[in-house]
Amino acid sequence: MTDSTAGRPGGDHEPTGDFSAGPESRGPTGGDRAEPRHRVIGTPPPAEARSMLKPPPPGSPGGPPPPPERRELPADPSDPVRAKRAERIVVACFVIATLAGVGFIAAYVLFPVHSVSRTLYSNLALGSTMALVFLALAVGAVIWVRHVMPGVELTEQRKPLRSSDEDRAAFNKTFEEGAEASQFVRRPMLRRSLIAASVPAVVAPIVLLRDLGPLPRQSLDHTVWRNDMRLLNYGANTPIRPADFASPGGMITVVPDGYQDDFNALAKATCIIIRFAPGQLQFTSRSAPVPGKVVANWTVDNIVAYSKICTHVGCPAALYEQTTHHILCPCHQSTFDAARGAQVIFGPATRALPQLPMTIDAQGYLVARHDFTEPVGPSFWERGPSS
Amino acid sequence: MKAITARRRRPAAGYAVVLFGLLLAGLSYAAVTGMGAADAASHGITGQPLVAQGRTLFNQSCANCHGLFGQGTPNQGPSLIGVGAAAVDFQVSTGRMPAKEPVAEQGRKPVSYTPQQIRALAAYIESLGGGPAIPSAAQVNPKGANTGLGQQLFVASCSQCHNFVGAGGALTYGKYAPPLTSSTPRQIFEAMLTGPEAMPVFNNTTITPQQKRDIIAYITQTRAEPNPGGFSLGRVGPVTEGLVAFLGLLLFMVFAAMWITAKHGKAHD
Repeated sequence: MTDSTAGRPGGDHEPTGDFSAGPESRGPTGGDRAEPRHRVIGTPPPAEARSMLKPPPPGSPGGPPPPPERRELPADPSDPVRAKRAERIVVACFVIATLAGVGFIAAYVLFPVHSVSRTLYSNLALGSTMALVFLALAVGAVIWVRHVMPGVELTEQRKPLRSSDEDRAAFNKTFEEGAEASQFVRRPMLRRSLIAASVPAVVAPIVLLRDLGPLPRQSLDHTVWRNDMRLLNYGANTPIRPADFASPGGMITVVPDGYQDDFNALAKATCIIIRFAPGQLQFTSRSAPVPGKVVANWTVDNIVAYSKICTHVGCPAALYEQTTHHILCPCHQSTFDAARGAQVIFGPATRALPQLPMTIDAQGYLVARHDFTEPVGPSFWERGPSS
Repeated sequence: MKAITARRRRPAAGYAVVLFGLLLAGLSYAAVTGMGAADAASHGITGQPLVAQGRTLFNQSCANCHGLFGQGTPNQGPSLIGVGAAAVDFQVSTGRMPAKEPVAEQGRKPVSYTPQQIRALAAYIESLGGGPAIPSAAQVNPKGANTGLGQQLFVASCSQCHNFVGAGGALTYGKYAPPLTSSTPRQIFEAMLTGPEAMPVFNNTTITPQQKRDIIAYITQTRAEPNPGGFSLGRVGPVTEGLVAFLGLLLFMVFAAMWITAKHGKAHD
């Protein structure tokens, strides 16, 4: 406070005694107030108050020795034998920390990092030596405090948090003088232009919210599946004949021909096809999809295609069990019954997996009839309250 | 009780209580989920034609559930007509069959039969109605296969259940996809070909024998990959590693806090 006063412009106007005077000038404010006012609350009292380092009173060298002061903190541990033993342990801990620190530097120099598998050992050595440094230091410090230092309980009284009236008055005075000296009130153009300058800086982050858009509009309603587009066996990327996929209980992931490397397209268009034994699929009699029923003329030889994108939050749902015809989504355990139109039988999903309409082309390969008749994947706002 | 009362204020008592609780939790978990080992019975029937020997073995150990002619029993054992020698070799050489008890998923356990007896059983089941044959050693040899393509195929068709490195995972209603860590190349081939239990069938025209070799090469090569950090933790993914680190460090912190704040010695007067 004294520094700021001296460094202030206009220092020739000497402040009042409140700023420069010592604690003596503050008048009687109770016993606690006798300390210097820069004392931070919660810190120990100054050295002379604790009497540990207080010099002998003047004239004592010649006179009788002063009576022993009552110490707040004893100088010796309560159990010297134990303290001696603890000291050795602490020293050992610090030696270990030293060696581990040297080991860290050595490991940094010695271990090569030219490949992933070599970096593994470098990381292991660096991490464990550094952990050992900190652990040994911490253990040593705790043993030091617990067994070498004397064990005493000290109670220290807190000072009142409220500043003295003099301090508060001085602060108000400083603030008002500072406000005047800054010319903030007196020069309106300065003030207004500053306020105007801060407005765009506050608005700018709000403008950035624009990046959350644009709205998906129709892009979530459709996939790249088109009429006559072949289904490729994903991975091998080969077209599929129903005769090649003839074993009941078979299940593979399929992707639209031409988009096998387009991950944005595959994120919506990926499907699984499942081969059933005759009589296992439960068909609907109509051509429109009915929840819980397979559209008959969208299947080929008991092969049915479903979207692989879970209708809950869009994880790939492809854990197919050929015995129970369950399709399980690994993220939240939504379970779909593949034999009954992939309707939900367990879990948080609310809609059946959309069925992809299939037929075969002139060469006998599985192709799509057209796109899905409903949006695939999780629900979204613009989808509306449809089933 | 008196001894406990006398010692309960000892500094070590807190640690002992925490350790005891952890031990109790671990033991009760092990008791609930523990599995006994099955005896590997050895039947020494030799000197008969393979099919006849297989029929004898079948009548002894399999017919109870699968029926006297392999036609199956409702809710007990499926029909074995047409499953082929590959299915028999997979089920019996992994110890899954003969089953010990009817559970949601038959796990790998010690093998009950000698390789010769398994061949006999396979020959008998094959005689009932054909089906996929046991692959030859050359068909399942991963040497020289395309591991990169194998990975692509594995990720597309296998990893959803068996995890990216073949560590296995959970399915519905108690079923699970087993880890592939101890499967032999022949067993992996047979599993893809026949679709044991809930596993889908990947026949030789969907995934060609060459592609199956590529997948086998990927699975076997992945086993040899180093574990960053030194421990595999089941290789089931970062969640496990985070959980282990979290729990381990939490335990360490609890003990450290107990140690730092514990009372010690006599208070200085």
